[in-house]
Amino acid sequence: MSTIIQVAYLIAAFFFAFGLKMMSSPSTARRGNLFSALGMLLTIVVTLLHQEIVQYQWILVGMVLGLLLGTIAAVRVPLTSMPELVAVFNGLGGLASLLVGWEAYNQQQHQLSWFLATTISLTILIGGLTFSGSMLAWAKLKGVKFKALELSQPLRFSGQQILNTLFLIGILILGISFSFEPQRNQLLLLGLIGGALLLGLTVVMPIGGADMPIVISLLNSYSGLAACTVGFVMLNNILIVAGALVGASGLILTNIMCKAMNRSLANVLFSGFGAVIDTAIGEKADQGEVRPVNTADAYLILEAASSVLIVPGYGMAVAQAQHSVRELGELLEANGAEVKYAIHPVAGRMPGHMNVLLAEANVSYDVLVEPEDVNPIMETVDVCMVIGANDVVNPDAKENEGSPIYGMPIIEVDRAKTVFVLKRSMASGFAGIQNPLFFKSNTRMLFGDAKESVSSVVAEFK
Amino acid sequence: MSNEIVFLMFIFMLAIFLGVELISKVPATLHTPLMSGSNAISGIALIGALLVAGTGNNSILSTIIGVTAVTLATVNVVGGYLVTQRMLTMFKKKGK
Repeated sequence: MSTIIQVAYLIAAFFFAFGLKMMSSPSTARRGNLFSALGMLLTIVVTLLHQEIVQYQWILVGMVLGLLLGTIAAVRVPLTSMPELVAVFNGLGGLASLLVGWEAYNQQQHQLSWFLATTISLTILIGGLTFSGSMLAWAKLKGVKFKALELSQPLRFSGQQILNTLFLIGILILGISFSFEPQRNQLLLLGLIGGALLLGLTVVMPIGGADMPIVISLLNSYSGLAACTVGFVMLNNILIVAGALVGASGLILTNIMCKAMNRSLANVLFSGFGAVIDTAIGEKADQGEVRPVNTADAYLILEAASSVLIVPGYGMAVAQAQHSVRELGELLEANGAEVKYAIHPVAGRMPGHMNVLLAEANVSYDVLVEPEDVNPIMETVDVCMVIGANDVVNPDAKENEGSPIYGMPIIEVDRAKTVFVLKRSMASGFAGIQNPLFFKSNTRMLFGDAKESVSSVVAEFK
Repeated sequence: MSNEIVFLMFIFMLAIFLGVELISKVPATLHTPLMSGSNAISGIALIGALLVAGTGNNSILSTIIGVTAVTLATVNVVGGYLVTQRMLTMFKKKGK
């Protein structure tokens, strides 16, 4: 029996790895996801055949409930809320790992080896911080407010880092003493659970909206590592393989996001943009004149353009403008222009956020390009339309050494012949930094709601 | 440390390297589905949940913890795969 299970796990591990491999192209990704799901189904079915499992009734209750809730969430939630949904799923996975660790302790507390105790405390630590961190990330993405306290803002106070460090040391001591303490009482374990949950909150608390893609990637990695530690608790190889794959995936995404912002992970976690805003503002109060444009004039310029580059940002998601944008793109193409969409890796609130929104609006994925593809040919672009993006097109990142975002790779729209910036007002971006792009001689500001602005340009075309 | 544990560490190390190699090849346009898809895989903790829930003693606390873990992990797995599939069906090339 156990050999059959092991062979099934082997096949499932192949499915997981192969499924991820097929994710390397949009044309095979769907099959890849199915492969992965098949591997999961196989793992679940053979595990249920395990002879030690005796209580099926409760398992059935849990699985049916989970199946219903999971299906409803996956089908009902609008795609614009994808970052929130991923954060919630992440958190649930983390909590599940924590509970498994806790229950493993309850069942074996009389014959707990130091190895088992260590892996259990690691499971609880990683699972707990994944859960509470993800829930706070969800609240930040959702824009939850407690009276005057806006969660989406980075919450900082002086001495925060020292406090966090002391706190982390405290938790580690708790975990180590749990692992080696002969009595290993339940109280220590409960303390560890509480500590892990608090740690997740304090880690995510100081992180602002623009850094969300990094946090979500990191929590994704943790949820995998939590599954991994569960694997070591239960001495189960498929848990370790699958958990490690996810852990690696999250780490790579985190790395890509950090590179795209030219920041180290430590810098994101411990001193975000919030710390430098104050010094950046006021440096150059008078930057020149802003040149507004109305939709009729914008239409005339677009109508004459033979190449148009659309640069979407989080503002497009907020305004739900993706469908109008796609419509405009199609009209421009029908008019003979070449239309591309340049997407910065950190645009939006999670890795690939813009790509999913545009895919939802039916934009073909082969016209979505990355900054390094368009920057070399930027001079040949007639019109660049910046829709709800700000920091990722800020020329200060290249030109102003004093800027907090100096060195961050950007989409260099300022080198295009004409730049339209669709923006609600002159307020600064999430990083709180002034953007000299708005004052350049080739920039025209199209003020107003992104969706309405795009729709009225579309109306001019018709 | 027993041989089994070292063996599992072996698997862990190789799986991390495999993961890094595989994920590095995923294009930026698929990063969100990759994330929700790998998130669904991390629901593999369900296996652990099934084993502890199915073999547990009959105390009420154990049952509650076990069933909750099974439920949450199932939501993670089912929801994760479904929503990934939903997103991926939208990635289309023109003319197809």
